[in-house]
Amino acid sequence: MTLDWPTLLPLIFASLMGVAILVYVVLDGFDLGIGILFAAADDHEKDVMIAAIGPFWDANETWLVLAVGLLLVAFPAAHGVILTALYLPVFVLLVGLILRGVAFDFRAKVPAGRKARWNRAFLFGSLIAALAQGYMLGVYVLGLETGFGAVAFGVLVAFCLAASYAAMGAAWLIYKTEGALQQKAVGWLRTALVFTVLGMGAVSLATPLASPRIFDRWFVFPEMLYLAPLPILSGLLFLWLWRLTFRLSETGDAHSLKPFLALAAVFTLGFAGLAWSFYPFVVPEKLTIWQAAAAPESLAIILAGTVFVLPVIIGATIYSYHVFGGKAADLRYD
Amino acid sequence: MDPLMLSRIQFAANISFHILFPTITISLGWVLLFFKWRYNRTGDAAWMRAYFTWVKVFALSFALGVVTGITMSFQFGTNWPGYMGTVGNIAGPLLAYEVLTAFFLEAVFLGIMLFGFSRVSNRVHTLATFLVAFGTTLSAFWILALNSWMQTPTGFEMRDGVAHAVDWWAIVFNPSFPLRLIHMLLASSLTVAFLIAGFSALRFLAGDRSDSMWKVLRTGVFLGAALIPVQIFVGDQHGLNTLEYQPQKVAAMEANWETRSNVPLVLFAIPDETARENRFELTIPNGASLILRHSAAGVVPGLNDYIGNHPPVFAVFWSFRVMVGTGLLMLAVSWTATFFLWRRGTLPRPLAYLMVPMALSGWVAVLAGWYTTEIGRQPWLVTGILKTADAVGPIPGSHVALTLAIYLVIYAVLLAAYLSVLVYLALKAAKDGDTSPLPAVLDTPLSQPAQAGE
Ligand code: HDD
Ligand code: HEM
Ligand code: HEM
Repeated sequence: MTLDWPTLLPLIFASLMGVAILVYVVLDGFDLGIGILFAAADDHEKDVMIAAIGPFWDANETWLVLAVGLLLVAFPAAHGVILTALYLPVFVLLVGLILRGVAFDFRAKVPAGRKARWNRAFLFGSLIAALAQGYMLGVYVLGLETGFGAVAFGVLVAFCLAASYAAMGAAWLIYKTEGALQQKAVGWLRTALVFTVLGMGAVSLATPLASPRIFDRWFVFPEMLYLAPLPILSGLLFLWLWRLTFRLSETGDAHSLKPFLALAAVFTLGFAGLAWSFYPFVVPEKLTIWQAAAAPESLAIILAGTVFVLPVIIGATIYSYHVFGGKAADLRYD
Repeated sequence: MDPLMLSRIQFAANISFHILFPTITISLGWVLLFFKWRYNRTGDAAWMRAYFTWVKVFALSFALGVVTGITMSFQFGTNWPGYMGTVGNIAGPLLAYEVLTAFFLEAVFLGIMLFGFSRVSNRVHTLATFLVAFGTTLSAFWILALNSWMQTPTGFEMRDGVAHAVDWWAIVFNPSFPLRLIHMLLASSLTVAFLIAGFSALRFLAGDRSDSMWKVLRTGVFLGAALIPVQIFVGDQHGLNTLEYQPQKVAAMEANWETRSNVPLVLFAIPDETARENRFELTIPNGASLILRHSAAGVVPGLNDYIGNHPPVFAVFWSFRVMVGTGLLMLAVSWTATFFLWRRGTLPRPLAYLMVPMALSGWVAVLAGWYTTEIGRQPWLVTGILKTADAVGPIPGSHVALTLAIYLVIYAVLLAAYLSVLVYLALKAAKDGDTSPLPAVLDTPLSQPAQAGE
């Protein structure tokens, strides 16, 4: 492989897209998760939960726009293939995102009697958005197959991803809230963790079995050695987190951010594993990142902008999390 | 069912619904900044009250703009894969710059603008308001650059059926871009002007005579009155630009079937494409020649030069008339209202009653304008490069029909909810008048429990 721009640029963009997806999954993961947890919360808790994500959700969702945007602009050929193959699940995802995005605002502005309706829309929208993302992940892992097996697997991953988002949501609540709700969130986290582990296990097993190519990437020497830390670290993190959930109630607030960080680390490890499995394909077994890439001149001009803008975005994001740091308070415009 | 036709309807439905909200947020951001600036200068809490009333509308419109916008960005892949396949090298970077420069700017500072008033210094809050307003305008810049390039493409070359960029400056500043950007930004400001004036008129009718109501009412009416003549002038210039670069579109806008001199301006007609003539015509002699060529003998291009290659005439002709008609109505209403506010210091009730439905006149004109532009480009998706029919994806018609039906239901529900919340907010503001507590502004402790998200 020669290292010239036409080779490098698609690689750079694949990494950028990977980072965008990962950041999206971690950030929107917690606010979708909080939407899912609406199912188990009472009216006052719902207000606090919304306050815990209020100033962030829009910026979180923008990472999805960036990820899809990068797929669209850097790998136009793949974008068409993937999105036409996933036409219906993408549609379900969009309906979910529409419902929750608007419900978030409407619930606070409609006359009090109608609020419950929009709370339901928020829950339902978050849930189907999470399920649709999981389903798409499952089908993508199996190479965009359409048979019964692929659908069933998609459904399995859908539930597990929704559970892991719920875990993220619960972890975020542990960080952002206090008192009874924080205690409740610990319980939610434990339940959701069980399904998260199941889901990650299922995806990790199914991926190599579904594709001989991926099997060969993982189970050869010496790669196996380098890769071993991924599953081992994830397992350790899960165990540590599980034990931590039992100590959270006694230790007060000292560890409140740790569950969230642990989960984010697990997501990152799992994502690294997926990336290793699929590299160099964007459309599994069909299109590599070089085959699907846009013209180098066009990629170069986007890269120039990205290098300049990305640090600014990250800085501004950190600033905003800082402004709204601490425990969630009531959200007010004035 | 025909997936092409269905995909077109779906795209038109989605983008029509999307554009309603950015149209509001683009200018409402600046109007909010104006309120904020007046407050900073005068310390008059009524300006802050106006700010808090309208920042809620901003938040709601923004949320609707975001979620429908996300739908748009997926549409390219789900329904029009041929689009990115052919012009992706040009559309891609423009869309990427929109996400990178505009969307993140808005999204990150929106939180501070909405909920940060009592958490950051007043200066930072003003800055956040500015950055959000600037971000929405920037996204209009990029997306209109792309849309204008699709109308009048320049700065590229075709290699193996794929467009490659050769001159980015020429791509962004393509011939129809500057006028389209100005026209759209003015359209957005007019939409907001009439929206805030109309809702203040509703408060006025509900008996509200508070300071903040008057301030917003005046802002809306004066802004509308000042901008509408400019818009009419820019619209005329835009038409001349279209005449130069897309003559077949102008021929359809004027329903002119034959290239000739002394072309009349058609005020009313039912264009008939099979007979290639107008029915029930009502015309002003030499009108079109005068407007387009500034001389009665001027030759105006006709549809006979573009048989098989011109847009559907009926839709283009009528949407253009709806837009211009709305513009003239805006002129009449805003100038009358200005007269009364200036001279009498109040509004006659009948005028206030007329201004309430005019709150949505901007939407009507914007949609009609975009229909003229987009349908007028057909059968091309990118003029001279890619036909709409060649961009559609391999989705079964039944899938598109299903998704389209659900989108339409959702949009109808959301539109109804949006409008009823607007009316509810206006009436609530009218009832509270200037008496509701503004703890952070007035430095008084909370006298009522705060409500999340409010
Ligand atoms: C408040 C909104 C509004 C108002 C009052 C007007 N327009 Fe407009 N018009 C638009 C909002 C708009 C728009 C939505 O912004 C469009 C659609 C695409 C574009 O570039 O601007 C547009 C397009 C558009 C086009 C199509 C250009 C093309 O596709 O190439 C022309 C020729 C005009 N306008 C001309 C006028 C004239 C002569 C007006 C005089 C009253 C007028 N517009 C009022
Ligand atoms: C960058 C912005 C835009 C892009 C890239 C774009 C692209 C497209 C595409 C892909 C189509 C193909 C489908 C078809 O021919 O029916 C289309 C048509 C259409 N677009 Fe746009 N559009 C843009 C802005 C807008 C806006 C703001 C509106 C406003 C409401 C609009 C209204 C329409 C309508 C009504 C059609 C249908 C035309 C027909 O069916 O003949 N477009 N546009
Ligand atoms: C096909 C064309 C279009 C696509 C794919 C598209 C995509 C999007 C997306 C994804 C968002 C949400 C961004 C966020 O997460 O903050 C958005 C918002 C926005 N769009 Fe569009 N858009 C299109 C057409 C237009 C047009 C024609 C205009 C203006 C003339 C426009 C102006 C805006 C503005 C100002 C916003 C931000 C403010 C808001 O969300 O209300 N867009 N768009």
